[in-house]
Amino acid sequence: MEIKKLGTYDIVVIGAGHAGCEAALAAARMGKKTLILSINLEAVANMFCNPAIGGTGKGHLVREIDALGGEMGLCIDKTFIQSRMLNVSKGPAVHSLRAQADKRRYHEEMKRTLEKQENLLLRQGEVIDIDMDREDGVKGVLLKTGAYYSCKAVVIATGTFLGGKIFIGDTGFDSGPNGLSPSTELAEALKKRGLPMRRFKTGTPARALSSSLDYSKMEIQLGDEKPVPFSFMDENVDREQVPCWLTYTNEETHRIIRENFSRSSLFGGLIEGVGPRYCPSIESKLERFPDKERHQLFVEPEGLSTEEMYLQGMSSSLPEDVQEAFYRTIPGLENIQIVRSAYAIEYDCIDPLDLNMNLMHKAFPGLFCAGQFNGSSGYEEAAAQGLMAGINAVLWLDGKEPFIIDRSEGYIGVLLDDLITKGTNEPYRMMTSRAEYRLVLRQDNADIRLTQRGRDLGLVSDERYEKYLSDKKAMEDEIARLEALKIKPSVANTVIVREGGSPVENGASLAELLKRPELTYDNTEEIDPERPKLSYHVRTKVEVSIKYKGYIDKQLAQIEKFKHLENKALPEDLDYMAMEGLRNEAKEKLSAQRPLSVGQASRISGVSPADINVLLVWLEKLRRS
Amino acid sequence: MENTTIAAISTAYGEAGIGIVRMSGPDSLDILKKVFFSKNGKSPAFEARHMYYGTVRKADGEVIDEALAVYMNAPYTYTGEDVAEIQCHGGNISVKNILSLLLESGAVLADRGEFTKRAFLSGKIDLSQAEAVIDLIKARTGRSYETAVDQLEGSVSRRVKEIRERLLDLLVSITVNMDYPDEDIEILTYERFGEALSLIDDELSKLNASSSEGRILREGLKVAIVGKPNVGKSSLMNIFLKENRSIVTDIPGTTRDTIEESASVRGIPISFIDTAGIHESEDVVESMGIERSKEAFNKADLLILVLDGSSELTDEDRELLEMSEGRPCITLLNKADKGLVLKEEGIEVSMLTEQGIDKIEDAIEGFVDSGRVRRESDVMITNIRHADLVRKALSEIGEAMEMVKAREAMDFIEVNVKAAFDYLGEIIGETASDEVIDEVFSRFCLGK
Repeated sequence: MEIKKLGTYDIVVIGAGHAGCEAALAAARMGKKTLILSINLEAVANMFCNPAIGGTGKGHLVREIDALGGEMGLCIDKTFIQSRMLNVSKGPAVHSLRAQADKRRYHEEMKRTLEKQENLLLRQGEVIDIDMDREDGVKGVLLKTGAYYSCKAVVIATGTFLGGKIFIGDTGFDSGPNGLSPSTELAEALKKRGLPMRRFKTGTPARALSSSLDYSKMEIQLGDEKPVPFSFMDENVDREQVPCWLTYTNEETHRIIRENFSRSSLFGGLIEGVGPRYCPSIESKLERFPDKERHQLFVEPEGLSTEEMYLQGMSSSLPEDVQEAFYRTIPGLENIQIVRSAYAIEYDCIDPLDLNMNLMHKAFPGLFCAGQFNGSSGYEEAAAQGLMAGINAVLWLDGKEPFIIDRSEGYIGVLLDDLITKGTNEPYRMMTSRAEYRLVLRQDNADIRLTQRGRDLGLVSDERYEKYLSDKKAMEDEIARLEALKIKPSVANTVIVREGGSPVENGASLAELLKRPELTYDNTEEIDPERPKLSYHVRTKVEVSIKYKGYIDKQLAQIEKFKHLENKALPEDLDYMAMEGLRNEAKEKLSAQRPLSVGQASRISGVSPADINVLLVWLEKLRRS
Repeated sequence: MENTTIAAISTAYGEAGIGIVRMSGPDSLDILKKVFFSKNGKSPAFEARHMYYGTVRKADGEVIDEALAVYMNAPYTYTGEDVAEIQCHGGNISVKNILSLLLESGAVLADRGEFTKRAFLSGKIDLSQAEAVIDLIKARTGRSYETAVDQLEGSVSRRVKEIRERLLDLLVSITVNMDYPDEDIEILTYERFGEALSLIDDELSKLNASSSEGRILREGLKVAIVGKPNVGKSSLMNIFLKENRSIVTDIPGTTRDTIEESASVRGIPISFIDTAGIHESEDVVESMGIERSKEAFNKADLLILVLDGSSELTDEDRELLEMSEGRPCITLLNKADKGLVLKEEGIEVSMLTEQGIDKIEDAIEGFVDSGRVRRESDVMITNIRHADLVRKALSEIGEAMEMVKAREAMDFIEVNVKAAFDYLGEIIGETASDEVIDEVFSRFCLGK
């Protein structure tokens, strides 16, 4: 094959899924000449599994991506067809936005955004090798056609394409997701270059024709009457929404599945990859929870321009005849017409412990990694890593300090720290319970936490920055106004009593009154007729910061303690092996992982509190000598 | 600069005229002001480096001790931080109670070597001393922590585990409700939450009551002295008791069902088991049979086998030697003053002249340092630490109960429940960070 040099870029992004798109946009917006390659342009920002963005923990990630100047929030706001705020009966820290997407339109919208982006070229092409070595790092990428692009940094975001293999029943064949071609040669080439790989697995349920389903036998699930935007840039996202549907499996479904356990590729021994516990196939659900009488099945539209419906909760690797049979036992699915079968897919990924905190591979300078390639799962987790990989590739090329978000600053920080410091043995999914500073890391304040930092990086547009500054000022002014606004008890009690609270005897500021559980910003409007008209985002911030001030302050104090060790930087060239007093396990782990801070070191498994004390003494010793 | 304030007892364990409890860190003065008052009940001016006379009192006014207190401001102190010292009456009770009070008031228990570490980090100790500082810290690593966990009295560790299991149940419920709102799972109601918390509160309160009596750690090394009649067992016992009668363990509540005498050898708490024979006259020879010894063998951490070195082995001696094989055992060859006949390996001693007693003590100490038991001073500190953790867990649960009453959001209350869970985990040495998430997935069928 003749090599054809087709040009030079600062950064080449391999893969245009949710990670790749954010990486490429961030790099181009920060001024780097960027190329993004996809095996097939139809695969750009494709949602190969569920047609939804957001959810618990994940919705937080989307808001953070948006606050930093990323694209996911804007794209879903334009293309959602149903939206719900989850967990509204719970505290504001776990309110989570989730939207059903029109898959086709999401793909088109994102593709067009890439196409229009200055400094960025989106091109179809299959990368079969990355030209790199351990000394000089990345030099370029080679395509299947012999085309060669020179570059200094690569962001690899290959998702389930890399070494992809699909399983349905007793069949297994090389394939990318949804029948697209897999990236097989690149998988081999990376192994040859000495990149240690492992195998993970995931799966997706069948898609069925809407006209073949009987919705009268299912429960309807509607979107929120007043949908809430993901992006801090958007205010009104009202539109006509479409319903989702809920039905359940039963004993008969389970009988058929059980009788065919041995025909599942999962139990038949074909699959070697590790699957996620939180996204089990229906056969693993039955195997692990034999006593559960029924399982939920959500029927969700794939978009407005298609009849295809997604059967959430029923991913499977059983043969197609069994799939057909068990789906038909479910109320409303008796006459189901499947148009795409459920399948399991296995793919190559790395151990994220091999990464630096800036997502650059430890062994290959210039090789940045994101998404499922790093062992995560989910569109939002991928997008967050893509954004961070893109940003850090730029900073690395410019010889600047890496951009790190710590665990107290964002879910993005929790995600990267969990992956890179602790590692994962299954595809990693974000959950609100993973964030220890949850009360501060809310989705309502993601812009307050991160937009200034995005601006400093050069990612946040003037328009977004101005919106952020004016929202922030509006919030501060309104809080100050509410603190100063005294309300007479007789006036306050009109609302308090109506809302079922016990009346107050003394006057108080409205801010003080808002701390009562029965009062909200919205239901106190009548006793505060002078209040300014504020946007959704500002109203939410005002209410939450006033109402939960006590808890938030308590958590801020914990964060200050956390920051103490987090801010103690560890020089890159420390020789841990020579540090007398560290236990051997700690020496080895620290040498391998090379944490950036003492705080990060303390979270590595096998490093004890006493090791940290010894480390502190060594740092001081080195500083003085 | 460190942001926590540490506290520790700076004087040696045991009887002494004076005891010193020291704090270092930014809150030293604030904490001192919470606990130390002049005779007139007011807070002294605490001018730096001035000694004040007064009393140490609990929040409810109960006086712990008369004492002297001094505050020294940073950076002119040993650690380079603000330091406060309370000098009280000697003995273990007073320093222990004052230390507990400081922990209740916001200080954290210092790790071994931590004052020195801080002194080094703030430049108060010469660079050449760095190794020594590391050695001090290192002394805490390795076996000592595991030993602390091992030595938890069985019933206490079982109770901590049970309470922690209940907390885990709650955390799993909260987490699954919080992270899987669309799943088909039981909703955690405030009623059920409140009931579970009050049960946990009861259990923890009981544990707190018993831990303040200092019963958390099993105390002492169980030693059985075995040998044929008249060989010198009771003399040996008397030597230990005579020397140590004055500092027999002063931590109340020691279990005494099978233990008859306690003593302290070089600061190591020792319980002699099955010492019945010792109180009997040496003339009553038939009372200590082999059967009896067998029982002692099984209960003991350490055997002391006494042989008569001045005569040949008897059948009984041989049987005892055989039984002690493979067990931790110190063999003594007594009556060495009469001239040694026996070829057995052992420590040559004479109960009569007290020759070789220091060698027995060396052997006991060596055995202890190999990691089986902790010294009394460590036991006391560990007890204080555990009691502090139980108290902290209890206070988190109290707060959580208030929040449930006020119908605060569950995910807010989760923060307190998780804190209590982690405090109890520290006691039994379990700190796996993904325990809750693992449990969520093993108990519930979740996901799309």
